[in-house]
Amino acid sequence: MILNRNINFMGPRKIAMGISMLLLLISVVSLAVNKLNVGIDFTGGSVIEVGYTQSVELEPVRDALASAGYADGIVQHFGSARDVLIRLAPRDDQNNAQLSTSVIRTLEQQSDTAIDVRRVDFVGPQVGEELREDGGLAVLYALIAILVYVSLRFEYRFSLGAVAALIHDVVITLGVFSILQLEFDLSVLAALLAVIGYSLNDTIVVFDRVRENFRKVRKRTSVEIINTSINQTISRTLMTSFTTLLVLLSLFLFGGEVIASFAMALIIGVVVGTYSSIYVASTTALFLGVSREDLLAPEKDEAESARP
Amino acid sequence: MNHYPLWKYLLLLTLTVLGLLYAAPNLYGEDPAVQISHRVNLVNEEELNNVRGLLERLDIDYRSIELGDGYVLVRFGNEETQLRAASDLKDALQEQDTRYSIALNLAPATPEWLTGLNALPMYLGLDLRGGVHFLMEVDMQAAIAKALERTSAEIRSYLREEKIRYRTVQTVNQALEVRFSDSAERDRGLVALEEEFREFEFSIRDTELGSFVVVSYTEAALAEEKKAALTQNISTLKNRVNELGVAEPVIQQQGDERVVVQLPGVQDTVRAKEILGATATLEFRLVHGSLVDWTDAEQTGKVPLGAKLYRETNGAPVLLKRRVIVTGDQIIGAASGIDSQSGSPDVTITLNGKGADRMSKVTRDNIGKPMAVVFIEDKYEEREQDGEIRRIKRTEERVINIATIRDQLAKRFHITGLDSTREARDLALLLRAGALRAPMVIVEERTVGPSLGQENINKGVKSVVIGFALVLVFMAVYYKLFGLVANLALTLNLVLMIALLSMLQATLTLPGIAGIVLTVGMAVDANVLIFERIREEIRLGNSPQAAIFSGYQKAFGTIADANITTLIAAIILFSFGTGPIQGFAVTLSIGIITSMFTAILGTRAVINLVYGRKQVSKLAI
Repeated sequence: MILNRNINFMGPRKIAMGISMLLLLISVVSLAVNKLNVGIDFTGGSVIEVGYTQSVELEPVRDALASAGYADGIVQHFGSARDVLIRLAPRDDQNNAQLSTSVIRTLEQQSDTAIDVRRVDFVGPQVGEELREDGGLAVLYALIAILVYVSLRFEYRFSLGAVAALIHDVVITLGVFSILQLEFDLSVLAALLAVIGYSLNDTIVVFDRVRENFRKVRKRTSVEIINTSINQTISRTLMTSFTTLLVLLSLFLFGGEVIASFAMALIIGVVVGTYSSIYVASTTALFLGVSREDLLAPEKDEAESARP
Repeated sequence: MNHYPLWKYLLLLTLTVLGLLYAAPNLYGEDPAVQISHRVNLVNEEELNNVRGLLERLDIDYRSIELGDGYVLVRFGNEETQLRAASDLKDALQEQDTRYSIALNLAPATPEWLTGLNALPMYLGLDLRGGVHFLMEVDMQAAIAKALERTSAEIRSYLREEKIRYRTVQTVNQALEVRFSDSAERDRGLVALEEEFREFEFSIRDTELGSFVVVSYTEAALAEEKKAALTQNISTLKNRVNELGVAEPVIQQQGDERVVVQLPGVQDTVRAKEILGATATLEFRLVHGSLVDWTDAEQTGKVPLGAKLYRETNGAPVLLKRRVIVTGDQIIGAASGIDSQSGSPDVTITLNGKGADRMSKVTRDNIGKPMAVVFIEDKYEEREQDGEIRRIKRTEERVINIATIRDQLAKRFHITGLDSTREARDLALLLRAGALRAPMVIVEERTVGPSLGQENINKGVKSVVIGFALVLVFMAVYYKLFGLVANLALTLNLVLMIALLSMLQATLTLPGIAGIVLTVGMAVDANVLIFERIREEIRLGNSPQAAIFSGYQKAFGTIADANITTLIAAIILFSFGTGPIQGFAVTLSIGIITSMFTAILGTRAVINLVYGRKQVSKLAI
């Protein structure tokens, strides 16, 4: 990888900030207008996946379900033409045990060949609500814990910069899910938390270098130092993102339908996270007025970091 | 410079060998097996020989037979034989003793020398091995209502014994109201009740209707009652799962009112659901009046005192006495069969001492009169009302049989009138396993069919292999010799991760496999950091040896910082997540820890071996 080692990253930081703001705005608007395509994990409802021995037309399946009283069911192929996925909203008149049984019986009657029940997911409305709350709390606590850790290790301005980058990444990833109307379920939430961990990883590597350079180099401005630091770390940042994207692509292509949305969230997150560790985190710290004096105080820290 | 002491190499070597050893069981796959246990006793050597004898007599080919922790495990060469053996053994064994339980299982085919070291394959989650996961909630309102009903009966009989005259005992808003004719009698009652029922709180209330003592649970007693309901339900669920014959079930309390039930490998989930959530029980009552009274009561809606209107299976009305002769919880044994006279399915009931006494007394006094068997089942549905989710209970009570008492009945007798042999079998099972103290509802279900489970494993493994290979190739091309060293570390990291997951017997799920893949991608990060640092040091004009030294040294702090933050995210994920998500958090955390070790210590050891203590003019990086 040939890199010009003196790219002026911080030069167009205002433009980058503008782009970030625009992306955030688009994401927020889409989240408000289109909403997220939230899966049954968070809304409650049932998903039934069945496999046929040969490819199957969806229309007859829909008709059969409609005549059995499940006209509201969403019927689609899943992965291949032999697999069918049926989604049902929570119902008033039947509990889950009866619901999936009766749907499966309807499908069996409609089909000439045997069908294989591959998956039944049912989440009661109450549990859906709890998962939603817990999920939100998990993201919140992760952000707070990271804020605290980075504050302890660095300085509060860096920590705010890191968290700004994380929020940026999470919101934009959610925004993409909202625009493309990809399903948001528990595994995507897990991916989102992994994105937080990953994006932070990148940010910290940059910050670490910024701190080191602030201590080492005396006669340069903050902008120059941050620029140098990013230049020094850029090849590592891109390398790691690249290998991570390689494995994510493998997951996305070969891991199966269930894992695909999880991999998708991570792919978006890694791409956005790489960008944000360069622009958002540093720019925010710079904007908050981070300077050499803020980092010089603990002399012994320097000695500490010299030890392997 | 760049020389490691011997002990570090020994440590690395030991860990590598241990890693390989404990990861090895995952290579051997699984045998289809049948697991035989006894509901009461631990199975011993004698029974093992019995099973062996049966297998030979039935002419079933088996691979091996061994004694496990209280069960006999028989392995077979293929699934066909396994299924045949299971059904044949079940018939033969249950003929000897109905309390044998026969379950299908997939037993790890780990060789003995490995199991001797306690090396086991990874524990696969339900999404990989197939099976059902239920989250069941105890209806605490119903539990309290039932408890109050019991107390109400106790209060009545106690007041009668103490010769205190009361008018009525009624349940009002999770409390009991005892009505007395005047306040003097009420005060006497209050003193007596306070003496006897210590777990309750008492207050008094006077209205124009009379003088009341209001009896309600104390906070502590309420909590105690809820705990008891949960505990008893868990033990009933365990009995029922045993009856179903499931190998390695998980039945665990979650929170204050929920129970997690995981049944690996269960194929017929519909039946599992029915049996677990079923509240079916029986009651025996005497019949009140005759056909004329029954139709009259149905038409006018006026039910005579001391009677209650029921319906038979065909919908015809019938009046039964309010007083119950025997209830389901006095039944200690039940077996289904076919009635020899009518040829219809029947259930033979065995009562406990108290139930048998009462049954024989009542039947002795009522020979020639009809007695009814009532089948009771609670059904639940969730319904949204004014934006709130409410659960509505509907109790289905139907009279399945009315027969004239010909003889005094005692401990054992049988009943007929069930719809099918299947209903008879399920009823017998439920009566045997005991009743739920309070009804339960399934609030979450995750079922994965066996074919999807296997497919998930295949896809997961494929994505790990491909992702891993891509990273290896890329690293070797980009960092040359150093890249190859990093690849060694990456491989060791994968082995150590699998070994640790196997040793901890942590549950591996599909997201868990994703965690492994992700860790492979991220584990190179540490090496990339180090190698980039080394390249930088070289560019700054440092000697190769010094570059290696300071490269490792300077990168360390960064690597630690970066990994700790990811670990924080993983730990939070673990504490908030459920099932599969926790699997992801576990593999991610383990991967972070092992990768720190292999990427720093592991690669350094090899690099030192290659370049250490030598004159080096150029590094292949």
